[in-house]
Amino acid sequence: MNKEVYQSNVTALLQRADSLHDRIGGSIHDDLVATIYRDAAEISAVAVNREGRRWSDFDQKVDRIVTSRIFGFPIMLALLTVVFWVTIKGANVPSEMLASGLFWLGDKLEFLLNAVHSPWWLTGFLVHGVYRGMAWVVAVMLPPMMIFFPLFTILEDLGYLPRVAFNLDRLFKTAGAHGKQALTMAMGFGCNAAGVTACRIIESPRERLIAILTNNFAPCNGRWPTLILVAGLFVAAPFPPAIAALAAAGSVVGVTLFGVFVMFVVSWVLSRTVLKGEASAFTLELPPYRKPQILKTLYTSLIDRTLLVLWRAVIMAAPAGGVCWLLGNITSGGQSLMAQAAGWLNPFGLALGLDGVILLAYIVAIPANEIIVPTILMAYMNAGMMVEMDSLAQMQALLVSHGWTIMTAVSLMLFSLLHNPCSTTIMAIYNETKSLKWTVIATLMPLALAFAICFAVAQVWRLLSGGL
Amino acid sequence: MSACGTCASGCGLRSALVRLGSRKSKPDYVIGLVGNPNTGKSTVFNTLTGLSQHTGNWSGKTVTLMEGSLEHESKKFNIVDLPGTYSLLSTAKDEEIARDFILFRRPDVTVIVVDATCLERNLNLVLQVLEITDRVVLCLNLMDEARRKGISINEKRLAQDLGVPVVPCAALQRIGMPELVQAVHGVACGRIKTAPRRFPVGRDILEAVEELLPLIERIAPGLPNARWIAMRLLDGDERIRSAFEKGEILRLVKGPDDFDGTSPRSYGQRRLVPA
Repeated sequence: MNKEVYQSNVTALLQRADSLHDRIGGSIHDDLVATIYRDAAEISAVAVNREGRRWSDFDQKVDRIVTSRIFGFPIMLALLTVVFWVTIKGANVPSEMLASGLFWLGDKLEFLLNAVHSPWWLTGFLVHGVYRGMAWVVAVMLPPMMIFFPLFTILEDLGYLPRVAFNLDRLFKTAGAHGKQALTMAMGFGCNAAGVTACRIIESPRERLIAILTNNFAPCNGRWPTLILVAGLFVAAPFPPAIAALAAAGSVVGVTLFGVFVMFVVSWVLSRTVLKGEASAFTLELPPYRKPQILKTLYTSLIDRTLLVLWRAVIMAAPAGGVCWLLGNITSGGQSLMAQAAGWLNPFGLALGLDGVILLAYIVAIPANEIIVPTILMAYMNAGMMVEMDSLAQMQALLVSHGWTIMTAVSLMLFSLLHNPCSTTIMAIYNETKSLKWTVIATLMPLALAFAICFAVAQVWRLLSGGL
Repeated sequence: MSACGTCASGCGLRSALVRLGSRKSKPDYVIGLVGNPNTGKSTVFNTLTGLSQHTGNWSGKTVTLMEGSLEHESKKFNIVDLPGTYSLLSTAKDEEIARDFILFRRPDVTVIVVDATCLERNLNLVLQVLEITDRVVLCLNLMDEARRKGISINEKRLAQDLGVPVVPCAALQRIGMPELVQAVHGVACGRIKTAPRRFPVGRDILEAVEELLPLIERIAPGLPNARWIAMRLLDGDERIRSAFEKGEILRLVKGPDDFDGTSPRSYGQRRLVPA
């Protein structure tokens, strides 16, 4: 068929379709939908036979409590607290065992290298840098992940996450965002890159962009271990042992809630300034509660999440460990590069409630922010204080000796919660938005927010504790 | 021309079913998996292909296409897991991916996975898919859950009413999977004939559709789903309009050579579907 004939035929068809559309009126879409619904009802009335309603009644009863206005939020908080409490409580002992085991192995490695007369700088770089970096990551991240991820996956398989989304839906609407953002947020609790990709389920480009820009405020697999670890080490410390873990868990819940709160505020601001518009309606399905397959969950969360996240962290930790060692051992003007850089960053870090070494560690760990705590530990150890570390108590002592207080811990948790998304997520944001502008905004906006909030918290904290 | 999917017994065929994971190979048939969110599409997909794509008990888990393959009676089947969707009438990204795949990619068989515990709601999507393609197998999933809830379904009657094979399954327990593959193979190679139900439409729309049909026929002679296309045009569907304007619609007649939409890769040569 010749091209012009084709085009004129198409034009004729589309014009006729338009005029018919106008003749019938605006109800075509609704008519079609109603027809389909009616037909579906007729078919199922013939084919389906219901004997009882016991089970769906049970689901509904549970839902009425779990998503109720009164109990919905308390139940949500209680479940989260229990999950974190179990994680913090359970991770302690294996963490210490792993740490002492791996550092014992490190000593043997050093002994071996010395035996073959390896030069001191090679031994130092390999053992105190690369190996220790990896050992720290395994020791401090593996146990909490092995406990937290399966628990979280069980909540997911049970069908609880959509209920969380349901509870939060109203709040998202108020913020001018799409209710489905609650789902992409829940996805972000697993992995922000996945959460950003999941934003495709939001039809309106405006609301999708809001969801993409704010997904970072949902702490992800990479950041849970940092939050849990810092909470376990520091927030728990001043409390009596009986409730220490509970206090630590509570602080992680608090930080998580704060992240969700920031997500609301930023969504609200965006939807009233650069991304103006109304929130659109949608149907949120509450899936039936399903019995989680415990064994399968353990297996897949171990393979899919724990090992994946750990592997990524270990790979990133090896060069970071090496860099830390080099920075700590290359001197110029009688001072190591690390001491110089940390000293230079220190005033800035202190203003944020952190210190120079933490900021330096953050910069070294930029490719994978989940290794920030191990990097900090290495940085401190290389800063001259070569302590043998084989217990969490010693780890805490090291941090305290570098001037850490509860405020440092809280600031670090806030910083970890709010700062820029990881490189994988930034890539995902670019893939979804196809816009350099929005990718840059999505990267820098959280970082600026992290600086601003940490600064404000540190100033207020100092003011209050100074006044007391 | 009655559907006989329910009599497809899987006896002796278990051994013939070889899961190939995601190994690349030229498929004999391409199979699309559609269904409402959270009906277990990904579980069916994993069970059929032996892959372990993460599944979750919530809507919107799958937003991209996943592809795997299996072999049955020495034929290779490529299976594509599509995002869950309630209907094909809106323009949300996940619905568009599923709709474009069924419409423009034209899989040899479309397997609709439905939740047996809420069949009625799921049938909305089924009826829409049946308008687009007649090569359909219905996977009546979560039969175990339905039984627990005291729901029983007359599969034979359902197959009769819909005009396509209906296979009761419980994918998690791997129940009904050999029968499903058997039915898919049957429809793919034409051994099982289907006569899909067309939902009745109101007089106004019917008349308008009949007015449009000759115009569509002039542009794309032999278009297999002309009735549905006409209804979409009446509804003002931008995607379909642009498919006409860009000449994309002709591919629905000739059979696609390559699908440049959302498919992760092209699948090689595909047979023409007799109009």
